[in-house]
Amino acid sequence: MKGWMGKIRAVFLLGLTALVLSACGRENLTALDPKGYGAQKSFDLIILSTVVMLFVLAAVMVVYTIVLIKYRKKKGQEDYIPKQVEGNKTLETIWTIIPIILLLIIAVPTVTATFDLADTSGSDDHMNIQVTGNQYWWHFNYEGQEIQTSQDMYIPVGEKVYLNMKSADVTHSFWLPTVTGKMDVNPDNENTMYIEAYEEGVYWGKCAEFCGPAHSLMDFKVIAVSQDEFDQWVADMQNVDPDAEPDSAVAQDGKALFEENNCMGCHAIGSSPVQVGPNLTDFGNRSKLAGTEEMNKENLVQWIMDPESMKPGNKMTGNYPEVSKDEAGKIAEYLLQLKPSEITPESAKD
Amino acid sequence: MSIAAAQKRSFGAVLWDYLTTVDHKKIAHLYLIGGGFFFLLGGLEAMIIRIQLIKPENDFVSAGFYNEVFTMHGTTMIFLAAMPLLLGLMNAAVPLQIGARDVAFPFLNSLGFWLFMFGGLLLNMSWFFGGAPDAGWTSYVPVSTTSPGHGVDFYVMGLQIAGAGTLIGGINFLVTIINMRAPGMTFMRMPLFSWTTFITSVLILFAFPALTVGLFLLMFDRMFGTAFFDVSLGGNTIIWQHLFWIFGHPEVYILILPTFGIFSDVFSTFSKKRLFGYTAMVFATILIAFLGFMVWAHHMFTVGLGPVANSLFAIATMAIAVPTGIKIFNWLATMWGGSITINTTMLWSLGFIPTFTIGGMTGVMVASVVADYQYHDTYFVVAHFHYVIVGGTVFGIMAGLHHWWPKMFGRILNETMGKLTFWTFFIGFHLTFFIQHFLGLMGMPRRYWVFLENQGLDLGNLISTIGAFFMAFGVIVFMINVVYSAVKGEKAGADPWDGRTLEWTIASPPPFYNFKQTPLVRGLDPLWIEKTEGKGKMTPAEPLGDIHMPNPTFLPFMMSLGLFVAGFGFIYQVNYDWAYGLLFGGMAITLVCMLLRSLKDDHGYHIPKEELEGKAK
Ligand code: HEM
Ligand SMILES: [Cu+2]
Repeated sequence: MKGWMGKIRAVFLLGLTALVLSACGRENLTALDPKGYGAQKSFDLIILSTVVMLFVLAAVMVVYTIVLIKYRKKKGQEDYIPKQVEGNKTLETIWTIIPIILLLIIAVPTVTATFDLADTSGSDDHMNIQVTGNQYWWHFNYEGQEIQTSQDMYIPVGEKVYLNMKSADVTHSFWLPTVTGKMDVNPDNENTMYIEAYEEGVYWGKCAEFCGPAHSLMDFKVIAVSQDEFDQWVADMQNVDPDAEPDSAVAQDGKALFEENNCMGCHAIGSSPVQVGPNLTDFGNRSKLAGTEEMNKENLVQWIMDPESMKPGNKMTGNYPEVSKDEAGKIAEYLLQLKPSEITPESAKD
Repeated sequence: MSIAAAQKRSFGAVLWDYLTTVDHKKIAHLYLIGGGFFFLLGGLEAMIIRIQLIKPENDFVSAGFYNEVFTMHGTTMIFLAAMPLLLGLMNAAVPLQIGARDVAFPFLNSLGFWLFMFGGLLLNMSWFFGGAPDAGWTSYVPVSTTSPGHGVDFYVMGLQIAGAGTLIGGINFLVTIINMRAPGMTFMRMPLFSWTTFITSVLILFAFPALTVGLFLLMFDRMFGTAFFDVSLGGNTIIWQHLFWIFGHPEVYILILPTFGIFSDVFSTFSKKRLFGYTAMVFATILIAFLGFMVWAHHMFTVGLGPVANSLFAIATMAIAVPTGIKIFNWLATMWGGSITINTTMLWSLGFIPTFTIGGMTGVMVASVVADYQYHDTYFVVAHFHYVIVGGTVFGIMAGLHHWWPKMFGRILNETMGKLTFWTFFIGFHLTFFIQHFLGLMGMPRRYWVFLENQGLDLGNLISTIGAFFMAFGVIVFMINVVYSAVKGEKAGADPWDGRTLEWTIASPPPFYNFKQTPLVRGLDPLWIEKTEGKGKMTPAEPLGDIHMPNPTFLPFMMSLGLFVAGFGFIYQVNYDWAYGLLFGGMAITLVCMLLRSLKDDHGYHIPKEELEGKAK
């Protein structure tokens, strides 16, 4: 019995090691390949604590294996009565003191890192973005810059950006594994944290606190671009004319329909801070539709006609007049041409 | 009452016997049946979760139903399966281990069970009345306060009633262990399972009131229009998290400490050695229990409590690893130099050591605040708490069941099936949950109804689901084993394992009065002492005399039924006036029963000495 138990375990561990080494997950979603300040701090502690704890596991397993090999009841020993040992002060002291030392090795850097990441005193000297969690989408308000976006957040690479986070409804949690850990977004108070991405890229973020039916679809993207590209993006976003007429006739119809159906009641284009639904200023440049779906006309038409089928429990369903497939197509045409900037998620992939 | 003997009587008589029993040994059976039933239900829910997550963007179940399923899975497993099964084992073993004829309050013991059972049934009635709770077993506000329908109301009422039952059970064990120990059974001679039951009862006494308060606030917000948790009206949502975890963290020690006791008894029995470092084990238990109340905010590291609170709670949490480590090494030292028999009971106990060590490891890792910013609310945490709850509590319950089954039912569970159950469950368990550590770090949050394609999460989830099927298979074999042993199982003598403690000194199953004469305890492991000194049986501490016994009663059942009915009334008075009928009717049933209980003197009865003498022959 013991023989094959050992074998199973060996095969199991080998398989897992292979799996882990070959794939730490998607490079812009995993916490195991950090590319930002907070994620790096977390990663260092993850590694440190794993190593220390593996040492403990090894100690336990060594004694365990010896015990199982050496002290099994043997044939002819049925009447053998082992010595009844009461305890051993020295041994017990040793396995009290050593764990305390090991824990201190983890505790000290933990406390240092905790205070480091909680230090938001530098927020005045850096860019601040107001993050609002909504069922089931994210709103980003670039403080003092008159820029509002939803779902996609552009930031300059290598810069500290401070996020002031609050929820408009229930508790959510802002998680950007590759760049930083997570922080809850509460309805009660504003939480602040800072992020800094080390490399350009489109980083995938998720809501990590259960918030209702579409919780698992409440994704967002953080797009880290070079400082120049970011400046360009800011200028472009600030120059948006929300009333600009689209070029094509279909899109013009779409714009009219968009207004007729009172979509503006919840959505905004430009820097007006309406927050019932996502701001659509740079919708045509979004990396994903509704946070998770591929960005194309077909999906968008489906979304407009029946958002419930794509995001159960979302707050758009049933809050506007029914639109025909033809009308939805026109609206989609209009929305997809909302591309105020040359800087897109593509710009982050160099 | 053995199953074979019961079969001779009519089904109705047996049923009535169980509905009115105040015998702790029969209440133990009831807890095992009730807890076992809910365990299967929770397991079914787990399988639905895992089937839904077998592949990306699966549409096996809808988002709303998925949320109900994982909420009920967690709630059921914690409140209605793990805890009752432990209470079942406590009822079966503790009075015997301390040499008592009964528990201190037999009436309350039965009341505790029926409250749990009716609370659990009420909670599960939600499936048939328009939807189960869907805000997670933690029921965080405002998701829970704003959840439509009555699901969360069932959660509130069901847990309130079941929780009252647990609290009553806890108080009963406290008083029993303080007052009813046999002569010579000093505290420091008590078997470890009795010790951990005692400490667990203290935890129940202090932790459950926090839950009660939280549930009342939630109840008033949802059913009577208050705004404790409504931020727009000046409420505060973080308060719920504090209240919940002030209860919820000790709760996980309520689940784990009793099994620490079981493992201690099992390791020493099957290694033929006394427990290594007994005193240290007792104090480690007390220390763990104390620290268990100091660390609740480690569930809230990402809430934004600030670095001072986070650091303090992190260090307090890490500190728990020290007494836990002491325990692990003392168990190993108990086996060291022993003569180890490996049967199914020991397999579960030996499987516990590496599994729980890994769970404890990840516990320390999660306590490292900044690392937790990544782990929190992901599958890493799902993996961590299943390593401790399943690897600790479920393995411990299985060890305890195999250990005491002969004592409870007079029959030994089949070893071949027992081993098959262990190995499939053990392998399945690690297959399911080990990989989830990585899924979490690779970006999979918990309570996700679907995970998306192209995120590198497919393989891990597939493996995890395959593992869950192994576990389900193991559980099915165990159920077959139970039925098989009831029909054909090997009969057990009084002391099938060469035991060391008092429960092995009397027949299996024990007579309804337990000990004809209370035994005299001369040290730790009293039976072992008598065996090694060549006597092999206990010296009585008293001459043979009449035994006083409590009468059976139907009142606990009725009192709980009354609250069950009133529960519906509370829930539906929001929409319908007729529901007040249920509310007041149900409360009336309960109150009348309470009045009857207070007014009617019930002195029980005596088993005369002559009858006991007759039985001895
Ligand atoms: C067949 C064995 C089991 C399987 C396959 C299983 C599976 C799962 C999964 C996948 C989740 C995560 C759901 C999510 O957050 O997305 C979960 C949650 C949970 N499980 Fe289990 N589980 C099993 C047994 C148990 C047992 C025995 C217990 C306790 C005694 C337990 C307690 C919990 C709790 C408390 C939660 C959290 C529920 C919530 O988030 O509200 N599970 N389980
Ligand atoms: Cu959310």
